[in-house]
Amino acid sequence: MKGALIADELRVSIDSDSDIVSARQKGRELAAQCGFPSTELAVVATAISELARNIVRYAVRGEIVLRLIDNHGGKRGVEVIAADDGPGIPDLTLAMQDGYSTSGSLGLGLPGVRRLMDEFDIVSEFGKGTTVTVRKWKR
Amino acid sequence: MQVPILKQGPYLIATVQSALTDDDLKQLRDTLVDQISQVRARGVIVDVTALDVIDSFATRTLRDVAHMIRLRGAETVIVGIQPEVAFSMVKLGLTLEGVATSLDLEEGLRYLQRSSKGKVQEHEGRPHR
Repeated sequence: MKGALIADELRVSIDSDSDIVSARQKGRELAAQCGFPSTELAVVATAISELARNIVRYAVRGEIVLRLIDNHGGKRGVEVIAADDGPGIPDLTLAMQDGYSTSGSLGLGLPGVRRLMDEFDIVSEFGKGTTVTVRKWKR
Repeated sequence: MQVPILKQGPYLIATVQSALTDDDLKQLRDTLVDQISQVRARGVIVDVTALDVIDSFATRTLRDVAHMIRLRGAETVIVGIQPEVAFSMVKLGLTLEGVATSLDLEEGLRYLQRSSKGKVQEHEGRPHR
């Protein structure tokens, strides 16, 4: 992903399922501040919900960072970083496949989030943790 | 955040008022599955008009509710999924396959009335259309 200027930043620590709700509500507010239409607000909130749930489910605790960003050319958007120092993902290729899950969930989390957002980046080190960074640009 | 459940005739109506945590969703599921026998309900409506996000966990739980209620001999209809919520669900890859949905409460009630009529007809030996 290309660099972006950061205009505003919010951090939500995630360690229980009620934090999932507050993270997606704060993300929605931030995206509304940026002027996203209501369809896109739901898209951003849904993506945050999936990322936050992954933290609770696989890593127990972590953090969601929400940012308003600028692409140096006047284009604005939101960036969501979901970071944890949990067990990490042993096989990223598998984890990005629809329907693959180690927890009995629907297995749509990561590939679904990639479909919802414009940019998607994941770094995971086995035994050290996972950081997912996603962005949505305002059209 | 508890979801109030009303009894209207042979139906139970659960109206979600605000965002639900995973625990709230599980509680709603368990309460509904339990309550249909207590009030001998023939149908359940879950009104999700107030939900601004229906993610993978919520979808799975709603689907579980509908399937569990069906196993107990009643019908479920999910009503009020907002257009932007439907859009996000489809993008994420979520469907409510095998679960009845209706535009709103009124349509949901109509659906249940029709489906219970169908059941009576089946009972009387006439084909269900």
